[in-house]
Amino acid sequence: MTNKLLAIKKREQFIEENGIIYLENVSKVYSKGSPAINGMTLGIGKGEFVFIVGDSGSGKSTLIRLLLRELVASSGSVYVMGSDLAKLKHRQVPKFRRNLGVVFQDFRLLNDRNVYENVAFAQRIIEVPSKDIRRNVPSILATVGLAGKYKAKTKQLSGGEQQRVALARALVNKPSILLADEPTGNLDPKNSWEIMTLLEEINKSGTTVVVVTHNREIVNAMHKRVVTMKKGVIISDEEGGEYIDED
Amino acid sequence: MKISTLLYTIKQGFANIFRNKWYSLASVATIAACLFLFGLFYAVVMNFRSIVMKAEEGVSVTVFFHNEHDYFCESHEPGQIATEARIEEIGQMIASRTEVLDVVFTSDEETWQNFARDFFGEEYEKFAIGFLDNPLKGDNTYEIFLKDVSMQNTLVTWLESIPEVRKVNYSELTADTLSGANLLIAYVSVGIIVILLAVSIFLISNTVAIGISVRSEEINIMKYIGATDFFVRAPFVLEGMLIGLLGAALPLCLIYNIYNYALAYIMEQFSILSGFLAFLPVDEVFRVLIPVSVIVGVGIGFLGSVTTVRKHLHV
Repeated sequence: MTNKLLAIKKREQFIEENGIIYLENVSKVYSKGSPAINGMTLGIGKGEFVFIVGDSGSGKSTLIRLLLRELVASSGSVYVMGSDLAKLKHRQVPKFRRNLGVVFQDFRLLNDRNVYENVAFAQRIIEVPSKDIRRNVPSILATVGLAGKYKAKTKQLSGGEQQRVALARALVNKPSILLADEPTGNLDPKNSWEIMTLLEEINKSGTTVVVVTHNREIVNAMHKRVVTMKKGVIISDEEGGEYIDED
Repeated sequence: MKISTLLYTIKQGFANIFRNKWYSLASVATIAACLFLFGLFYAVVMNFRSIVMKAEEGVSVTVFFHNEHDYFCESHEPGQIATEARIEEIGQMIASRTEVLDVVFTSDEETWQNFARDFFGEEYEKFAIGFLDNPLKGDNTYEIFLKDVSMQNTLVTWLESIPEVRKVNYSELTADTLSGANLLIAYVSVGIIVILLAVSIFLISNTVAIGISVRSEEINIMKYIGATDFFVRAPFVLEGMLIGLLGAALPLCLIYNIYNYALAYIMEQFSILSGFLAFLPVDEVFRVLIPVSVIVGVGIGFLGSVTTVRKHLHV
């Protein structure tokens, strides 16, 4: 069996055996400069909780953008929920993204709307009937601990509360995968822990969680799978691992 | 598309206008200014055209025929004298031509009475009594009115080729001036309309581009959540169309009042002009101006926003 056939068999076996994300020898080169991701192979199973760590410029954000199909790999293949993202047509991308929840460091909320409207917005976009929205939104706000603040404008909330709104919005459509790009980057330690606890609970309910972070303390305390990247390649991938100090 | 999505799109389209109220106001104002100029220009052109058309209706070609009393004619062969039957036949031939609007036959008797009335005034019968015979006997004529004065030369050439026709009276200068004026109006209208449309599209395109940049955050969120291209784009397109509609409605109201006032003022102050200046009633101008302005306003709103959304929104 050739190397190529072996690789295909390995990938198919992985996806069959509960794999939800699979990157096969993926490289991403921007128009100028060296590759942001260089020959990366990574598999993430259904229901896993994975930290992606690394310094600035290590390729973490590029990885998230590849998984969101915001970028297409220059070479190699990215499989998410069984779909080869390079083969997705432009009009298929929105439907694909509805299976992903995404949270950012800067929350990215609609500041001219209140908490309820921010979360309901995610449901309106995917054309959920109004009566279902009225049922789903309060339920998810209760999950993230914001049931009493549904009328508040997002600017009136603390950073931690804003990130909870972002989490509620990411989760209200019941995604299979939650991608969090530096979710605690703008939060104090107390709020950071609260958010990570929430993510852990979400993961326990079956959602695959991928967290890109710089927060050494949290990574080391949570004992989850840690994938460390440097200059576009994976330098370590350990279950229950720790944040590797590159210095 | 679900009704809830349609309602959401409409709501967002309106909301976009209020979110970027100053840009929206600037866009509505500039489109309104363009359509105001367009409407004003249209009203003036239509009135000018109506005056020219009225003048054209008065332009006629008169045909004289050879007859046995035609002493001053150089020579004519027997076959060239027009019999009554031949004159009638020629009249039918003239009437059947496409460029002819109307043909009026004037007998030699009527011609003499008309001449005498013009020459001696209303009491012409006293003075004309010295004439035992009709001095214009045999001068039967056709007065021909044209649909389009620019076709006058074609008709005259054809009339002159008929052997029984002695003379054709026409004014080349009047016809040329009027058809020239018509052509000028058409060229200037097209030129100004094209410029106004281009300016409006540019302006609305800028407004939508600004709207998109102001709301790039929201658009990004929509993309990440899984909004379709239609869902993201539709509110912007609707916003553009609403701006266009508002931009059309305002100048229409303004022009309606200005036109009515101006018409009343001119009629009151310059009543002497009313005889030969045929101003169009406001309803007649607005029967065309309302649908044209609304279509143009909404159309440029649609066109401007669709092209801008396509250019700036890579969703």
